[in-house]
Amino acid sequence: MALLVTEHVNSKLGGIRTTISIFVDPLKYLVSLPTTIVEQLADSATTYRALKAENERLREEQLIHQTRLLKFAALEKENIRLRALLENSFKLGEQVLVAELLSVNMAPYEHILVVNKGTRFGVHPQQPVLDANGVVGQVFRALPFTSEIMLITDPNHAIPVQVNRNGLLTIAVGSGQLNRLILPFLPSNADIRPGDLLITSGLGGTFPQGYPVAVVDEFTAQPNKAFATITATPKALLDRNRELMIVWSKSVPVPLIAKPTVSEEGAPDVVK
Amino acid sequence: MSLNNDIGFFRVLLTIILAMCLRIAPLTGDWALLNPDWVLLVLIYWSLYLPERVGIFHAWIFGLLTDVLLGRMLGQYALAYSLIIYVCLKLHKRLRQFPLLQQGLFIFFCLLLSQILLFFIKNLQHPAQLQASFWLPVFTGTFSWPLVYGLLSFVSMFRRIKQ
Repeated sequence: MALLVTEHVNSKLGGIRTTISIFVDPLKYLVSLPTTIVEQLADSATTYRALKAENERLREEQLIHQTRLLKFAALEKENIRLRALLENSFKLGEQVLVAELLSVNMAPYEHILVVNKGTRFGVHPQQPVLDANGVVGQVFRALPFTSEIMLITDPNHAIPVQVNRNGLLTIAVGSGQLNRLILPFLPSNADIRPGDLLITSGLGGTFPQGYPVAVVDEFTAQPNKAFATITATPKALLDRNRELMIVWSKSVPVPLIAKPTVSEEGAPDVVK
Repeated sequence: MSLNNDIGFFRVLLTIILAMCLRIAPLTGDWALLNPDWVLLVLIYWSLYLPERVGIFHAWIFGLLTDVLLGRMLGQYALAYSLIIYVCLKLHKRLRQFPLLQQGLFIFFCLLLSQILLFFIKNLQHPAQLQASFWLPVFTGTFSWPLVYGLLSFVSMFRRIKQ
C-alpha cells in the first residue's frame, strides 16, 4: 500500500484516477443538488415584473456593450496592423465554455473549486478560468464529469502579472486568503502604487495576456529588506460566483501580415 | 442466508456513501475546517461490529475512492484507512466491551494517527505550512463518535430485527 504512494510520485496513475472518478463524481452532483434545487426554486419564484425589469436592464446593457464592441473591433484591427509594422505577432480569438460551480467542499485549507464540466467537454489541465471581472484561476485537474480549479489565491499558485499603468512585470502569489494576493518579488523602489491594476502578462503561457487580475491595495517599502511587501485584491469575485468561464486561448498566433477576413471571425464559440 | 449477507453489506455501502457525501458537504467558512473524517468513523464502526464483513481490503478501496473524491494524491487515504482498520480489526473483541468514553479515546488516537499520516505524506509531497486548524477534525471527529455510534447501531439493529 505504501507502494501506491511512491508510485504516484511518477504521476502515471491519471488513468486510474479517471476510472475511479466515474464512480465518485456522481456524489459531487448529489451533494450539490440541494443548493441547485434551492436556486432553481428561487429562480422560478421571481415575479413576472422582476423578470421584465431585469430583461430590460440586460437589453440596455447589451446595447451598450455592443456599441463598445464595435469600437473594439476597429481598435483590434488597428492593433494588429501596428504590430505588423513592429514585426510582432498578436494572439487573439479565445473560445469560452461556461461552467457552473458545484457546491462541494474538498479541502478547507486549499482554494480549490469543483465545476460541472470535465474532459467530456474538452477541458484539460492548466486552462485559464475567468469570470466577468477578472482571472479566477486555472484548471488543476480535469476528470470526465467534473474538474478541479485552483484559485489564484491558493498558497501554491502564482500568476505572472504586469502593472497596467507602466508594464512592470512581476509575479502574484496566492496568500491563502480569498481576498488577497502577494507580490513578493518587487524591490522597494519599484514604480507601483495602491490602486494600480494588475493584468496578466501572458508570460508562462498559461494565461492569455491582458486580463485583469487584481488591484494593488498596499505598498510598504521595507528599508532593511531587499523586497517590498505588496498586497493586492483580486478583481474576480472568488467566493460569490456560480458561473465561471473556462478559456481556450488560440495557441497559434496570427501571422505578421494577417489576412483580415480570417482573423476577424474568431473561434467557433460555444458561448461567446 | 447469503442474500441476507448481501443486504448487510449493502447497508454498509449505503452508510459509507452517505459519509462521503457528508465529507464534501458545502459548509461555509470556518465550519468547513471542523468537518470530521466521516468515512473513517463509519469504517471504524463497521470494522468493530461487523469484522467478518468489512476488512482491510474494503478500507483500502474506500480510501482510494476518498482520495479521488477529495482530489488528494492517490493512495494516501487508502494507506491511512487500511492501517487504522487493521488496528481496529486486531482489537475489535476488546474494543466492543469498552464503555463509550474509553472507545472515544481510542477513536481519538485513530483519527490522530490518520491525520498524522496524511500530514506526513503531504510534507513529503512538498513542505507546506499548515494552520493549526488542520488538526481540528480530529477533535470534532472524536466528539461526533457517539452520534455515529448511535446512528449506526440503530442501522445494524434494524438489520437484526429483519433477520
